[in-house]
Amino acid sequence: MNETLDRTNLTLRDRLKAAVESFGLPRLIIAGFLLLLFIAAPFVGSDFWTQISNTLNRFSWNAVMVLAMVPMIHSGCGLNFGLPLGIISGLLGATLSIEFGFTGPLSFLMAIVISTPISLILGAGYGWLLNKIKGGEMMIATYVGFSSVSFMCMMWLLLPYHSPTMVWGFSGKGLRTTISLEGFYDKVLANFLQINIGNLSIPTGTLLFFALLAFGMWAFLHTKTGTAMTAVGSNPTFAKAAGVNVDKMRLLSVMLSTWLAAIGILVYEQGFGFIQLYMAPFYMALPAVSAILIGGASVNKASITNVIIGTILFQGIVTMTPTVMNNMIHMDMSEVIRVVASQGMILYALTRKTEGAK
Amino acid sequence: MKNDNFGKKVVGLIRDNTVPLMFILICAVCIPISGFSLPYLINEIVTRMGRNIFLILALLIPIMSGMGLNFGMTLGAMAGEIALIFVSDWQIWGIPGVVLAMILSIPISVLLGAFCGKILNMAKGREMITSYILSFFMNGIYQLLVLYIMGSLIPIKHFSIKLPRGYGIRNTVSLLNMRQCLDNLLAVRVGGVKIPVLTFIIIGVLCLFIVWFRRTKLGQDMRAVGQDMGVARDAGINVERTRIISIVMSTVLAGFGMIIYLQNMGNIATYSSHSQIGMFCIAALLVGGASVDRASIGNVFLGVVLFHTMFIVAPKAGAVITGDSMIGEYFRVFVSYAVITLALIMYETKKRKHKSLVGQQLQQAQKEADAHE
Repeated sequence: MNETLDRTNLTLRDRLKAAVESFGLPRLIIAGFLLLLFIAAPFVGSDFWTQISNTLNRFSWNAVMVLAMVPMIHSGCGLNFGLPLGIISGLLGATLSIEFGFTGPLSFLMAIVISTPISLILGAGYGWLLNKIKGGEMMIATYVGFSSVSFMCMMWLLLPYHSPTMVWGFSGKGLRTTISLEGFYDKVLANFLQINIGNLSIPTGTLLFFALLAFGMWAFLHTKTGTAMTAVGSNPTFAKAAGVNVDKMRLLSVMLSTWLAAIGILVYEQGFGFIQLYMAPFYMALPAVSAILIGGASVNKASITNVIIGTILFQGIVTMTPTVMNNMIHMDMSEVIRVVASQGMILYALTRKTEGAK
Repeated sequence: MKNDNFGKKVVGLIRDNTVPLMFILICAVCIPISGFSLPYLINEIVTRMGRNIFLILALLIPIMSGMGLNFGMTLGAMAGEIALIFVSDWQIWGIPGVVLAMILSIPISVLLGAFCGKILNMAKGREMITSYILSFFMNGIYQLLVLYIMGSLIPIKHFSIKLPRGYGIRNTVSLLNMRQCLDNLLAVRVGGVKIPVLTFIIIGVLCLFIVWFRRTKLGQDMRAVGQDMGVARDAGINVERTRIISIVMSTVLAGFGMIIYLQNMGNIATYSSHSQIGMFCIAALLVGGASVDRASIGNVFLGVVLFHTMFIVAPKAGAVITGDSMIGEYFRVFVSYAVITLALIMYETKKRKHKSLVGQQLQQAQKEADAHE
């Protein structure tokens, strides 16, 4: 009797230990920290429902970009630090759509339409490159992102844009660093079916848009091509033996990721209300990468649930820390906490042993 | 036949040195367009050589031990900055200040370097991306220390470097009383060009140290680890320890380098001085013809000259060509990143080619063995 009790006790503790281990200590700390912030929020005088709305809002802006991480992780290309390349295509779509004179919701649609071929072409080139350098993807992806952003810095100045809402007023050429989207697609998704209850407001349209893309991704991963892609990621040799074209699958995943990044930045802009050019996309990959990792993904494994949980946790911390911490200790340490938490999470994921990733 | 060989050699030489050749071309085009006078250019380049070479030399040791480009050199730069902040708070100026800052930076660098080495040992095979993310992570810790802890927990007396709110360090810390004290001591002027002899002597000593170090037992161990970790381990080398030592050495040297760099600049941009330093040093080294697994002192010198010539002339040349000075600014940033990208791609493709070559040789050998039976 006693023995069995001991055993159940042991297994329970073991199970708890295993659960913590599989969930990951840093993830636990971050989730606990966020919970603490939510509990502390009402006591320091910040409204709970406003905080929830802010978190939801920011979730809706960023979720698609985090979703863009999924295909490349599935096909074994690792974390897509080259996200800025997709963002660039999105920015090109956005600026061209305005340049061609589209306004209102139509400009959002046209931005997507224009950025799609651009992102597919750039993604194809990027995927081809990553196929040449299997094993060293992440470092090179980072620098492909950096190079493309700095290259586009020149292009924003040189390309013949003329729309008076976008170019510098005094010289009549060269795009501004931030372009207001008022009259174009500012909050076009967020205002669709928006729900307002007291201080709580839910950007239903944006959430639905994300849900649509996420469902599409989920469905895709369950098609024949999708499973083949996952097979390539988990065991390339086996996939090759099973007759899957490894390089083609990887290329497809990179193109998909780049396209999602382009859509992601457009969704972000419609929520934020501005297009940010020049160096703005530079570090945009890092928050997306750490978000999906916080959500429970690893360098070679990710699911839609990881995306949703991760984005809520990450954006929750980003929105909550400034207000709550400021009121609590009268010190704005949010920036430091954000940097340490997000980079720490990436470091944690990179130092895990992930055999079979290559 | 001989001619053919020669032709092949030339093609090989060009292929191996694509990046430096490209840069020589860029510089050759941009220098006349920019319209800078030769003495001005030489003066600028000599100054920048004194400022940067020490930092870049710090990258050589991790390359030797096969850990790639040490993006974690930012950690050493932070250590150097922390040391300089303390020294300038204590109002110790001139050469004694520089020397004291260097001594002070050693324990901080060793601590950070050991931490970095430990982390990199946990991420074998992806050292570069890990050290790169680590530099961001440490930047957060650095901010925590400098912005919140200094002045509140660690006493900072002087109001010229403390934020008005009572804790934290100002955005810029002036090193006016330390400015170029190393460079000016023993400086020689040759036809309007100021040569900071002492700085160059220090750099020369470091070069000699690196040459000597390669021949020591530890240096040989590092090279063995860089060649093949498995073989090195079988030979009785403590691979993990060797790797940590190489990163610690690099971090300490980067700390010294940062102090030399900042005494030349004359002020510390507390929150941004270190953030770009890794990128520029790595780009300069790669421009000199180094690759991820092979770099020499010659690469460092050539790289500094070429990279900084481009850096000086590009904005002006860009302004002349397009009428917009920002184009040149962006161009040089783009080139720095593009060079690193290109070098990384060339390294990875070469590695894969080598791997498949080894595979083919193995196959061939096996076939021959089968035929014998």
